[in-house]
Amino acid sequence: MTNGASPVVALSGAVVISSGFPLLSGVDLEVAPGTLTVLSGANGAGKTSLLRLLAGLAALTSGSGTVAGVDLAEGDLRQLRRRVGWLGHEGSFYDDLSVRENLTFAARALGRPSDGVEPVVARMGLEQRINTPAKQLSAGQRRRLGLAWLLIRRPELWLLDEPYASLDDGGRIFFDALLGDVVASGATVVVSAHDRLRSDTLTPRTILMAGGRIVGDER
Amino acid sequence: MIATALLVAAKDLRIELRSRVLLWQVVPFGLMALLLCGLALGPAHAGNSSAGPGLYYLVILLVVLLMVNRSQAIERSPGTKSSVATLGLDPAGVFLGKSLALAVELWVTGLVLLAGSVLVLHTALHGALVALPSIVVTLGALAGAGTLYGALTGGGDTTATLLPMLTLPAFAPLLIAGERSFSDALHGGGLWQWWVIVVVALVAYLGVGILLYGVLEES
Repeated sequence: MTNGASPVVALSGAVVISSGFPLLSGVDLEVAPGTLTVLSGANGAGKTSLLRLLAGLAALTSGSGTVAGVDLAEGDLRQLRRRVGWLGHEGSFYDDLSVRENLTFAARALGRPSDGVEPVVARMGLEQRINTPAKQLSAGQRRRLGLAWLLIRRPELWLLDEPYASLDDGGRIFFDALLGDVVASGATVVVSAHDRLRSDTLTPRTILMAGGRIVGDER
Repeated sequence: MIATALLVAAKDLRIELRSRVLLWQVVPFGLMALLLCGLALGPAHAGNSSAGPGLYYLVILLVVLLMVNRSQAIERSPGTKSSVATLGLDPAGVFLGKSLALAVELWVTGLVLLAGSVLVLHTALHGALVALPSIVVTLGALAGAGTLYGALTGGGDTTATLLPMLTLPAFAPLLIAGERSFSDALHGGGLWQWWVIVVVALVAYLGVGILLYGVLEES
């Protein structure tokens, strides 16, 4: 580990099989707290499956691992899920609810006051769309809403599946700045991407995946 | 658990208000079904109140199946499902909240269909009003059972076909008891023996749902 702290993610020989199909085939991985890691690889490489395992959304078939201090084999996955933030590429909210209503729901679900919603909306540049139903947002705005959902939650581990999809150059720059702030605040971020991160500001660790395995690790 | 239930119920009802599925799809469908039942009976049976309660609950059954599907569809999007899972909501609270929202929607629909029954099937108004409390409780029990079985079908693509098959044995005693108590209300008979069945079923379905909803969600 880079700073001697316990890893947020520690996997050893992690195997995930779903409906007889191996999604992960023996993954060994450690991720230090307060770092940015990019999972890179082609479609079907296992990036999303690995992220879902880390989020407690998929069960470990064999091997062992801990995420945010929760044992993936024996621990309470509900407890793990409360500690991670997940942004999938499908959209992460209720389409018929407005931006404000979605974020208020997330805040109240966590027992937090809803007065934190408007500052987050302003930070994400969605003030003009705060009362717009999510289904009427553009793809880039939906990404921002997904990130706002995570900012409301303030998880210790951010898991972002293809977050750069549908973003224009301005969106990418905005997103890079946000990720930089999140990492600087001490949170850990793991991102999946088809390609290596094209960022002028971030220097992530890049994990290369293929066939459900890690085939490269560039720091 | 109660706070989560109220949060989820408010969210589901707000989504319903936005999408207007109940107003523009379910209620017209139910009224059309009642009208077709009236036409099928023919003018010779107009005012034949012995058929009214049975037809009313037949239409209610169709409406409940539509609404349970809709209630589950709200959570069905993979991205939404994963994101909400990471909120770590108490599953018992989610079950109660979804049941409550479904019950409110059923009460509104049931009231409109009761008025439709009076108009189209010539059900006696006084008897319909006497039956109203038993209808409220029966629809509440149907909402609890429907939410439980909706989760059991997993909210997947097969829900629409699986749900009627799975729920029929669960709904049958409720529909029979509801129809009997409605008939007794029209004919001045005692209501209590049917109320007992409905109330016991209501408590049983809510109890089972509180205990098992989390397991069903995980599976």
